[in-house]
Amino acid sequence: MQTRRIRWHIAVFLAPAVLVYTAVMIFPLFNTLRLALFTEVDQTRIYVGLQNFRTLFFDPIWSEQFWNALGNNFWFFLIHMLVQNPIGIALAALLSHPRLRFAALYRSAIFIPTILSFVIVGFAWKLILSPLWGIAPSMLDAVGLKSLFAPWLGKEEYALTTLALVSVWQFVGIPMMLIYAALLSIPEEILEAGEIDGITGASAFWKIKLPLIIPSIGIISILTFVGNFNAFDLIYVSQGALAGPDFSTDILGTFMYRTFFGFQLQLGDPHMGSAIAGAMFAIILVGVCIYLFGIQTRMRRYQL
Amino acid sequence: MNKARQNPLNTAAMHGALILYTLIALFPVFVIIINSFKTRRSIFREPLALPDAESFSLIGYQTVMKQGDFFLYFQNSLIVTVVSLAFVLLFGAMAAFALSEYKFKGNTLMGLYLALGIMIPIRIGTVAILEMMVATGLVNTLWALILVYTAQGLPLAVFILSEFMRQVSDDLKNAGRVDGLSEYTIFFRLVLPLVRPAMATVAVFNMIPIWNDLWFPLILAPAEETKTLTLGSQVFIGQFVTDWNAVLSALSMAILPVLVLYVIFSRQLIRGITSGAVK
Repeated sequence: MQTRRIRWHIAVFLAPAVLVYTAVMIFPLFNTLRLALFTEVDQTRIYVGLQNFRTLFFDPIWSEQFWNALGNNFWFFLIHMLVQNPIGIALAALLSHPRLRFAALYRSAIFIPTILSFVIVGFAWKLILSPLWGIAPSMLDAVGLKSLFAPWLGKEEYALTTLALVSVWQFVGIPMMLIYAALLSIPEEILEAGEIDGITGASAFWKIKLPLIIPSIGIISILTFVGNFNAFDLIYVSQGALAGPDFSTDILGTFMYRTFFGFQLQLGDPHMGSAIAGAMFAIILVGVCIYLFGIQTRMRRYQL
Repeated sequence: MNKARQNPLNTAAMHGALILYTLIALFPVFVIIINSFKTRRSIFREPLALPDAESFSLIGYQTVMKQGDFFLYFQNSLIVTVVSLAFVLLFGAMAAFALSEYKFKGNTLMGLYLALGIMIPIRIGTVAILEMMVATGLVNTLWALILVYTAQGLPLAVFILSEFMRQVSDDLKNAGRVDGLSEYTIFFRLVLPLVRPAMATVAVFNMIPIWNDLWFPLILAPAEETKTLTLGSQVFIGQFVTDWNAVLSALSMAILPVLVLYVIFSRQLIRGITSGAVK
């Protein structure tokens, strides 16, 4: 097999993918990080080192927005972890029950929101929660909770949480499917062995199944983290680029869009936008590294 | 097998919980669609009622057809999605074949390099991507979107497809080599047909994010003639916020193609997710 001549077909097979991937993904990624070190004065690009990052983190005008967006983004992520993943796990546990009828039907129906675009989801919920239309208040009225209603998307203290919950509603299908697959792969013998020892029902879930699906929960957590820290669409669709009311729903994605593209009176600044992208890159990288080196390697994988 | 796992009360409770959540998942979609067929007055008076002879109206759809160029948007979305998917599958499969079939220097390194993009979102590089597209004159063309989505889809495609290609029997390929087939013929005629299920999985995985993306159409191709359906409906709804009939109809029209695709491909999608996670 081993020949001295160059095997051109390997290069031919690799070239298109490597070229497109390098030119459109990797190169722009590093170019963006490079652009973050420049600024524009009188239409010429000048090198300023880490000045943009200093502005972003410490200049009162910028840093207030940046820390606000970062804090909101962490809250957004926390809601997903606390609401989306437990609900997803619970649904998967129910669906994976042996001899449950209509399981495929439930599974397909619950997954529908996940395939809809943010535009549809954002506007649909905006309409439903709107006090003008009155679906939400009249439904709360039907169960006697009308006093709980508030224009949630319009109030600073509720808007971000409401949007996070809408996003949870949309994406709960993903943890559900992944956990469902993990639960199905648990061999029957293990569960039967547990039954012989008297572990059935709920305690079988907590003591046998849950420890076995922890690696999948880890994967879901990192997917949620990466997804949340470059989220943009839902906030943009329902609250606009200004992420109102009063920036209370601003996250890093909308902040970056506003900064680099410009909005209304604010002029676009690609260099500050790159600096924000750099910060997002660092956050995602730290998250992925914590997962890969801190969590995944320490997780015990059971040989099934 | 065991009585403890089959208790009628438990079963009822499980169905109750699942039905409740299914209702939560479908309710907003249902409300939007039924109200898109109603007159403005009945939208507000009885939002939860089904349209009947008195309240039925297509006024919203008429506005959408007259004011928005939804067929063009739909066509753009379709072109972008189909062409990007074709590139992702072809280039991804070729690279996956090179990585899984041949031993060469830097093979592992190349695999790692291509896998980088699985975890790092392409959006981070948006500023430089826009600059590049402006410099090459691709801004406001569908090619800009196609290139970006191809690059975005390749890492996962290469990863999944090379896992599958390792399982293709060596005997088959070597038999082909003995018969004098070229490496290209072996790839296209012997290997590709065998990994078709994996290709379908990759296609379905990529289809939804490409179709639904708002970020890149907004930044790279916001011109009227290159708007995708997602961007087009976002802009349309933004302009017609006060015309509830039009907004509801536009939303329903955006939901419809995705739902149709989902009904066609849901088995493939679910099988893909479940088999991918088990590894």
